[in-house]
Amino acid sequence: MSDDVKVKVRGLTKKFGDLLVLDNISFDIKKGDFVCIVGPTGCGKTTFLNLLVKLLEPTSGQILIDNEPADPKKHNISFVFQEPSAFPWLTVEQNIQYGMKIKKLAPEVIKERTEEILTALGLSDVRNSFPRELSASMEQRVVIGRSFAMHPDLLLMDEPYAQMDIKVRYYLEDQVIKLWQQTGSTVLFITHNIEEAVYLSEKCLILTNKPATIREEKKIDLPRPRDIASEEFIELREYITKQIKWW
Amino acid sequence: MNKTKKQGKTKYLILSILGLTVFFGIWQAAVKLGWVSERSLKAPTDIIQTFIYKLTNKSPDGATLPTHFWFSLRLALSSFAIATIIGVPLGWFMGFYKKLDMLLNPIFEIVRPIPPIAWIPIVILTLGIGFQAKMFIIFVAAFVPNVINSYLGIRMTDMTLVNVAKTYGATDWEIFTTVCIPSSLNMVFTGIRLSLNASWTTLVAAEMLASTKGLGYMIQMGRTIIRPDIIIVGMFSIGITGALLNIILNLFEKKVAPWRYRD
Repeated sequence: MSDDVKVKVRGLTKKFGDLLVLDNISFDIKKGDFVCIVGPTGCGKTTFLNLLVKLLEPTSGQILIDNEPADPKKHNISFVFQEPSAFPWLTVEQNIQYGMKIKKLAPEVIKERTEEILTALGLSDVRNSFPRELSASMEQRVVIGRSFAMHPDLLLMDEPYAQMDIKVRYYLEDQVIKLWQQTGSTVLFITHNIEEAVYLSEKCLILTNKPATIREEKKIDLPRPRDIASEEFIELREYITKQIKWW
Repeated sequence: MNKTKKQGKTKYLILSILGLTVFFGIWQAAVKLGWVSERSLKAPTDIIQTFIYKLTNKSPDGATLPTHFWFSLRLALSSFAIATIIGVPLGWFMGFYKKLDMLLNPIFEIVRPIPPIAWIPIVILTLGIGFQAKMFIIFVAAFVPNVINSYLGIRMTDMTLVNVAKTYGATDWEIFTTVCIPSSLNMVFTGIRLSLNASWTTLVAAEMLASTKGLGYMIQMGRTIIRPDIIIVGMFSIGITGALLNIILNLFEKKVAPWRYRD
């Protein structure tokens, strides 16, 4: 059973000076799981992700991927940031290949996966364009493609659709689900949009207000494709909303 | 769409030609109608004549225009090239490696505000008055913008992009070469452009050091023998060459950094 666990977080605590941001967080993520982290604004969600990828060092606690301390140099981790993060000087195709080249994958593998991603995300026609020539949502698709192309052990997404309008968001959410199912990646998705969390995830980690700790792990076992207007969906959404309220 | 673009271009061209015509027209009139003495300024038509004459004749300043031009171009471009080859990487490394920055920045900050011309006396004492001395003065002028802009280009790299590379497990060297350097190119090219202009404009000052050739020398001679037409031929040669070099640099930049230009 424990072999099934991809990510193990134990007693994760982060202080900035005297300010306690994350307080003793522990949880497991199973291989191939899709987990959403929801919590009130400013509760430390982004700090939490930055700890996972070692952009920050924890004050105490441990993050293990496959039972080894998390290390981007060793593990295959991808991060989709909230801000636009396609490299302006690389074409769509080169952007998608960037991470694979850093990881020094074989050229045939890089080529094959690039084609896979370009087709899956409908980017084949713009493969030689630069990000500047694309719309914001298309650029974000490139970034998502770049992350999935790694077939990452762990894919972290930090409110990737926060700046998208609702129609584009629905579309991109479906694309992420499709890629997740295709690649079998383990995904950790941060959002403050509860509807998005219920729509996407297999499990929701609900954080409390700062200093953040886990209030509840909520399993979302709705069948896919999910219907946001169904009774069970609305029920779950309202339940989580209630858990988040701190006032 | 294309048609309107073409029309716009034609309009722009007509306006440019009109501007030039008016400028030279007024100048021609000012001299020919005697508003300005011919001893201090020559008319454009006379200057064209002098220009054609100087293409093949050595008198009165000792060398033909192509000889002067070639001497100056060699001087300016070789100094500029050395300043760029040393300055840009130095700026990059100073921007990326904190220790190197701390080591070199204080010296650089002191040297930076000294105008290139203020170097002339010390250069005469140490390097004499030859080609090397002239090169050094132009080098100083061209070096500073290269370093500053490359340095700032690295410093202004978007941290999100650096973090993207970090999360993929990129080493410091990979971050430097695949993220920081490409992202700095915008600033680097601004620096190179400023540096090219600086090297070309410092030319006259550098050629004040006992020269027998060069456009700067030709201008000096023009003053000594009171030949404003020779002075202006020299000035225009510098101006037009500077503009042409800028165009070449732009073409080069479009090749190296195409993502900033494509429509």
